Amino acid sequence: MSIDEGTAARVAKLARIRVEEADLPALAQEFSTILGFIEQLNEVDVDGVEPMTSVTPMRLKRRDDVVTDGNQQAAVLANAPDAREGFFAVPKVVE
Amino acid sequence: MTDLTKLTISAARDALRKGETTAAELTEACLTAIEGAGALNAFVHHTPEIARAQAAAADTRIKAGDAPDMCGIPLGIKDLFCTKGVPSQAASRILEGFKPEYESTVTTRLFEAGSVMLGKLNMDEFAMGSSNETSTYGDAVNPWKIDAPLTPGGSSGGSAAAVAADLCLAATGTDTGGSIRQPAAFTGITGLKPTYGRVSRWGIVAFASSLDQAGPMTKDVRDAAIMLGAMAGHDPLDSTSADIPVPDFEAMLTGDIRGKKIGIPREYRMDGMPDEIESLWTQGQEMLRDAGAEMVDISLPHTKYALPAYYVIAPAEASSNLARYDGVRFGHRAKLAAGDGITEMYEKTRAEGFGAEVQRRVMVGTYVLSAGFYDAYYNRARKVRALIKRDFDEVFAKGVDAILTPATPSAAFALGQKFDDPVQMYLNDVFTVTVNLAGLPGIAVPTGVDKQGLPLGLQLIGRPWEEGDLLNTAYSLERAAQFVAKPGKWW
Repeated sequence: MSIDEGTAARVAKLARIRVEEADLPALAQEFSTILGFIEQLNEVDVDGVEPMTSVTPMRLKRRDDVVTDGNQQAAVLANAPDAREGFFAVPKVVE
Repeated sequence: MTDLTKLTISAARDALRKGETTAAELTEACLTAIEGAGALNAFVHHTPEIARAQAAAADTRIKAGDAPDMCGIPLGIKDLFCTKGVPSQAASRILEGFKPEYESTVTTRLFEAGSVMLGKLNMDEFAMGSSNETSTYGDAVNPWKIDAPLTPGGSSGGSAAAVAADLCLAATGTDTGGSIRQPAAFTGITGLKPTYGRVSRWGIVAFASSLDQAGPMTKDVRDAAIMLGAMAGHDPLDSTSADIPVPDFEAMLTGDIRGKKIGIPREYRMDGMPDEIESLWTQGQEMLRDAGAEMVDISLPHTKYALPAYYVIAPAEASSNLARYDGVRFGHRAKLAAGDGITEMYEKTRAEGFGAEVQRRVMVGTYVLSAGFYDAYYNRARKVRALIKRDFDEVFAKGVDAILTPATPSAAFALGQKFDDPVQMYLNDVFTVTVNLAGLPGIAVPTGVDKQGLPLGLQLIGRPWEEGDLLNTAYSLERAAQFVAKPGKWW
């Protein structure tokens, strides 16, 4: 399957990764190579096979729905590129 | 004692208990070795103060007679593990400056057992790579050398280089498609990927959550058994961690494998496989047969579809896991131009912060999960994964105890070697990736050298949760192979 530049640009947008216009042809080419490799999966007869959800058959553990942690505002914000007045700061989202 | 850094965990443990050395001496010896090994670029964050404090505490415990096996053992920790207050970057620019406020479960367990952290180890960015060349820190270098510098493999390339060069006694690694076993084979050390769920993933930077598993990278099989025992066990913080007992793996190393059935999968005989790999595999079979095991021809018919299935599932999970790197809560944020909004912040931050291979995989993952392609790619890959696991289930149901395969399709290759396309690099994992897809334990054991003198490894694959039995078979192979070659020191 061949990926065109428009599709490559759309995927980059969906992934929230800026790709310069000039880099799109090479990116589309790489996608085409990788997806071409993946196409082999179409040879496999998967009729009646359930998609794997868990590699080990196990029932996930349940726990009580209670608060076990909290009051760590300083620790939570310690690594933020921009934190102000106890909040994460980001560019204006709402006009 | 001389050459303290060359000790295995078991030899160091015994020497420490007898009072022949101290954790402080061991630690200083390793710190000195690390200082002199900058050319290997294995250690990328150094933590000598932590190491010395931990060593002092370990010596107190050893004197008091309260010393677990790992007490006082100097280790290197892969950069993928979050270590409190110490840079934990997953070798990515996007986590530049990130110092976790918490400690991963694996390092917590190792530290509670008295282990010493020497520093953080180089790796491929977000564990995506097979040559350690995608790291923001630059390439880690294999201590084995011919003419040009060689890759130590990846993604746990720094771990492999550090253990092979005797900079530490052992190291932690993680393995999503072969990232412990391939570098172990490339550097002549032992690398174990445990059963999925055996070791907690909590606090390990996530790549592909249904495949990721941490394990030990050590100088021999006994050390792998000892270190796995300290890393493993149920953790309520990881919902996929198995609540089953952890046996004494070291006690299971009897070397007796008489009557064991070892499967030889015909699909692992690849077209164009080098003769040396082929003959190593044959020798491995002879060694296990001489030890009293029975070789059985088996078929794992969906093997050829493992890599393509992996390159749907792993990028899909990565695209989801790496969505958290948005420049808001931690790590790098791009400088913004006037008028840039939040979307520009995300897009610029991720373009600057992620390297080329990570960007590629995140975008491939985004594509295979996008509307209209989800069934054709992602769901189909999960169905093929179910068939790959069924192949193994059927073989084990017929009484096969372990499966013997080559670990890698070649010896270590040159750094900077250009591949025609990304898929060429992906083929490195052809023998290892099935094990992650099926959630099984697998171990790479150094078994021989090629005609250039570079190490080669074989892989043993075990039944789920039977790492003890697998380690015992590996122990038998190790004893027969008597691999003792070491890289000559050039660094």
